[in-house]
Amino acid sequence: MCGIVGLYLKNDKYESQLGKLFTPMLIAMTERGPDSAGFAVYGDEVDSGIKLVLRHEDENHDWAALAKNIETALVTKVDWFQNNKVAVFKVAADAEQVEDYLEHNHDEVLIMSSGKSIEILKEVGLPERIVEMFKLADMKGTHIIGHTRMATESAVTMAGSHPFSTGLDLCLVHNGSFSNHNRLRKELQREGIEFNTENDTEVAAGYLTYRLHQGDSLNEALENALQTLDGFYTLTIGTKDGFAVVRDPIACKPAVIAETDDYVAMASEYQALTTLPGIENAKVWEPEPAKIYVWERN
Amino acid sequence: MTTNNLATNTPIETNAGVAKVDLAKSTVRDLNQALHDQHDEMSIEKWEVLNPKGHHNLAVGVDQKLKIDIHGPAGYYCAGMNQEAEITIHGHTGQGVAENMMSGLVRVKGNASSAAGATAHGGLLVIEGDAGSRCGISMKGVDILVKGSVGHMSCFMGQAGVLAVCGDAGDALGDSLYEAHIYVKGSVKSLGADCIQKEMRPEHIEELTELFERAGVTDQDPRDFKRYGSARQLYNFKVDNAGAY
Repeated sequence: MCGIVGLYLKNDKYESQLGKLFTPMLIAMTERGPDSAGFAVYGDEVDSGIKLVLRHEDENHDWAALAKNIETALVTKVDWFQNNKVAVFKVAADAEQVEDYLEHNHDEVLIMSSGKSIEILKEVGLPERIVEMFKLADMKGTHIIGHTRMATESAVTMAGSHPFSTGLDLCLVHNGSFSNHNRLRKELQREGIEFNTENDTEVAAGYLTYRLHQGDSLNEALENALQTLDGFYTLTIGTKDGFAVVRDPIACKPAVIAETDDYVAMASEYQALTTLPGIENAKVWEPEPAKIYVWERN
Repeated sequence: MTTNNLATNTPIETNAGVAKVDLAKSTVRDLNQALHDQHDEMSIEKWEVLNPKGHHNLAVGVDQKLKIDIHGPAGYYCAGMNQEAEITIHGHTGQGVAENMMSGLVRVKGNASSAAGATAHGGLLVIEGDAGSRCGISMKGVDILVKGSVGHMSCFMGQAGVLAVCGDAGDALGDSLYEAHIYVKGSVKSLGADCIQKEMRPEHIEELTELFERAGVTDQDPRDFKRYGSARQLYNFKVDNAGAY
């Protein structure tokens, strides 16, 4: 099973309530995915430099020391705050520079996401526990996508839960399963893409990363994904400016979209949309198979 | 978790002979049990369901001549296995609305998701908006009227009954079709294996006229529709293959 949900705001009316509106949407999908949950929220954008979400299993990890180390090593400035097991670091440097430094000097720290505005937060457990853990209801932003997991293809672990980062400000959530992920993983590994789990969605995320590195636009990468990924799936892809939805050509996995003047919301089931303002009069429809839907702010 | 399937035995309120079940207070199990309790003897004919909020399995397995109005969007399998009841959904529905219906009338005021009327044997399903993929898949005698368009693989392996579409049809319409009758007013993106366009004869105009009448549709002219049916090349035994047995 698994449940996916997304909320994209067309204007700033609900930006301060993004997390509050999204919390019941994610919890409503508990029955489709009680194993783990996660979300990628876009907001609090950095003008220059890079924002990273870092994770350490010890809640008392010394993030201040890490910030100092980065400042000294890269001769730069770091703003940071902690949110449970993760810390959000805003560094006045290139993404690659910071990621390289962390990889070589602090491999005890996991990089969950990097970009100008993305923050990926995920955990094993019931969605209601996870939204509480990361204080989702207090979050502001322009758009957010989330996932509740019922594992089929790999173990129930934090690393195997969604969203998966696919590059700067990009991430992926998936409902379904891929049947050619083992072979595709090997092919992508030969192209230099790294994988941390046996998870099939991570392969789809790796594939998108690979295509984007090859110079594809998001649309082209998704067109190629429709040709390459074998299986059944509804995918939602978070981008810096919005999100995209695509279903496999058979459309086995459910998806419903609701649109008003203020937002576009997507979910695996309508139940996840019932708490949104103005949903009674929203345009509600089912996305077509093998069609790429993109909503982005200019 | 927001599960709504456990019975709480909330008493059913009636007002002027109309039962009102508010799913903000009662569970889906309460609702369905109360509807099933009408099987032996009908004590309440009219039912109003409030706050459905996309819950699954609403008014499933009803087998009495009840009139049920669901005020809002329903989830999966709404009005499944219906016999005799007249069920109206004043909103959209999820997958499998009126699946395996035997008789009666199910009317969806909004859009329906995939597999609407799947495997249904009888009765009438009217969808006033659009229907998703696989509308009328393996239909076995139900009549389905869609005022909007239908998605891909509609009427897949349709065996009997009528699927009439006032809008357009998606890819692979009527794939591996048996003897269901298909009528489409708009465009058909592609026909499935063994499905072909056929001549509209007087009996087909009559069949559609009668269907519109039963569905209460007055703004459609049967002569605007094209007919599609089975080429009967796939499901018939071919004597050329006798050697294989």
